[in-house]
Amino acid sequence: MTDILERPTSVTATDQAAPLLRVSNLTKYYGHVAGCLDISFEMRPGEVLGIVGESGSGKSTLLNCISGKLAPTSGSIAFNSRRHGLVDIYDLSEPDRRRMQREDWGFVHQNPRDGLRMRVSGGANVAEPLMNLGRRHYGDMRQATMDWLSRVELDLGRVDDKPRNFSGGMQQRIQIARNLIHNPRLVFMDEPTGGLDVSVQARLLDLLRELVRDLGLAAIIVTHDMAVARLMADRLMVMKGGHVVETGLADQVLDDPQHPYTQLLVSSVLQI
Amino acid sequence: MTQEPAIRVDDLSKIFTLHNQGATSIGVFESLKLEVKPGECVVLAGESGVGKSTLMRTIYGNYLPSSGGVFVLHDGVPVDITKAPPHQVLEIRRRTLGYVSQFLRVIPRVSTLDLVIEPLLENGVALEEARERAVTLLQALRLPEAHWDLPPSTFSGGEQQRVNIARSFIRGYPVLLLDEPTASLDAANRAIVVDLINAALAKGAAMVGIFHDHDVRDAVATRLFNVSEYKAAA
Repeated sequence: MTDILERPTSVTATDQAAPLLRVSNLTKYYGHVAGCLDISFEMRPGEVLGIVGESGSGKSTLLNCISGKLAPTSGSIAFNSRRHGLVDIYDLSEPDRRRMQREDWGFVHQNPRDGLRMRVSGGANVAEPLMNLGRRHYGDMRQATMDWLSRVELDLGRVDDKPRNFSGGMQQRIQIARNLIHNPRLVFMDEPTGGLDVSVQARLLDLLRELVRDLGLAAIIVTHDMAVARLMADRLMVMKGGHVVETGLADQVLDDPQHPYTQLLVSSVLQI
Repeated sequence: MTQEPAIRVDDLSKIFTLHNQGATSIGVFESLKLEVKPGECVVLAGESGVGKSTLMRTIYGNYLPSSGGVFVLHDGVPVDITKAPPHQVLEIRRRTLGYVSQFLRVIPRVSTLDLVIEPLLENGVALEEARERAVTLLQALRLPEAHWDLPPSTFSGGEQQRVNIARSFIRGYPVLLLDEPTASLDAANRAIVVDLINAALAKGAAMVGIFHDHDVRDAVATRLFNVSEYKAAA
C-alpha cells in the first residue's frame, strides 16, 4: 500500500508565504530495511503537526531525519532558518547545522534523561541553551531561567536541585523549559507525555497547549496517543510501514478517516 | 444586487466506506444543494439517521465529502472548505465559522472561564476585555458563578451545554452551525438560547441548525431544509 490519501487542496494567494520546513521525497534505509519512504510535506510557521502510527511505523526515524540527527538515504529537508534562510539542512557544514539547531530548534525527548544533563542542576539545564548561544550575563540568564521555571509551574525554591531529585513529570517540565527558553522557531517532540501517569500527562498537555498558542510555535509531535494528537495537532500524518498513508486536518483524519489503517487505528482507541 | 450566500453547498455527496467491515459502503446523501444567506437560519429536517449531522460536519470541514464542495464566505470570498488546506480551514473556523456541538469536548484542567475566553484570545482580544465579555455571557446563561473557575468535566449535561454555547456565541461568528444546542436544557435556559440565536441572526449571522425541539425550531427557523430529499440510492 503505497498510495497516499492526500486531501484535495486548492492553492490560494495566502499559501504563497515561504514555508518553515519543506521535506521532499525523504527516504531512509537501515541497510536493506526501510525506515521511512518517499515522504514529502511542508509546514508553516505556527503550525502543529502530529505524526501518528504504531511502533515501528517509521515515526521516530522520520523525526530523527528531519531534526538533523540522522542523515536520510535520499531526499531533502529544507528549513527556513534565521541565519541562512531556506536551506537544505544537510547541505550546511556540521558546525553551521549545529548552530542552526541551537538557535532555531528545540527537541523534547520522551525520556527526560535523554534531553537533560543529569549532573547539573535543573536551573543550569534550563539556562544552558542561552549560554550555548553566547549569552554571558549571569543575572539575565538567572532571571530568564526563573521566568521559565515558573511558566512550567516548577517550585522556584528547587532551582538548584539536580534533575534526578525531581519526579518524572517535573523532569519533563524542566526539559520543556530548556527547549523553549531560547525562543525556537520549531520544536520537535517525541512522545512528550509518553511515560507519565494520566494526571501528570493532562497537566503537561495543558501547559504545552498554552505555550504553543502563546508563543505561536511550530511543532512536530510524534505520538501513538490519538487523544494527544487531537488535543495538540492542527494537522496529522498517519504512518504505516514507513509510508505516510493519510494526511489532513487533525479532527478530519480522526473523525472521518479514509484509509483502512487509519480507520483501524481510530476504532481501536478504548473509550472510557 | 443579490446577496452572496454565506454558505453554498454544491452537489455534495457523502459515502462512508468502512474498510475494516468488508469495505461496506454507506451512502448518506447525493448531489445535495443548499444556500444560506446572512440573517437566515436554515433548520435541517428529516428523521434520525438521514444525514443531518453528517451534512453539518461536512460543512464544518470535519467530514470529507465524496464529491462536491462547500463554499463558506470568508473575508468576502467564497472558499471551498472541503478542498482548502488545513491551515486555511483552521483560519476559517477561527474567524468565520462557529460550531456548537451537542457535547462539550472537555479539556482536563482548563477552567470554564478560560474555555469560554479561548476563542477571543485566539482572535487577539485582550484578556481583560475577554473576561468581561465571558462573565456577561455566563451570567446571561445563568451559570452559577461558583462554577466559573472549575473545569466543566464534573458539570451536569445542561451546564456543560451552556458552557459550550457561551464558547460559540462569545465571538459573534458570521456563520454558525448549531447541532442541537438546546438538547439538554430546561425551558428557561432554552428561551435564553433562543434569544441569543435571534440576536445573532438580527446582526446578520447565517446559521444552519438541527433542533429536535419544535418550539425552539419554530422560534428560530427562517426555513426548513429536508435532507431526506437528497437521500443516496441504497
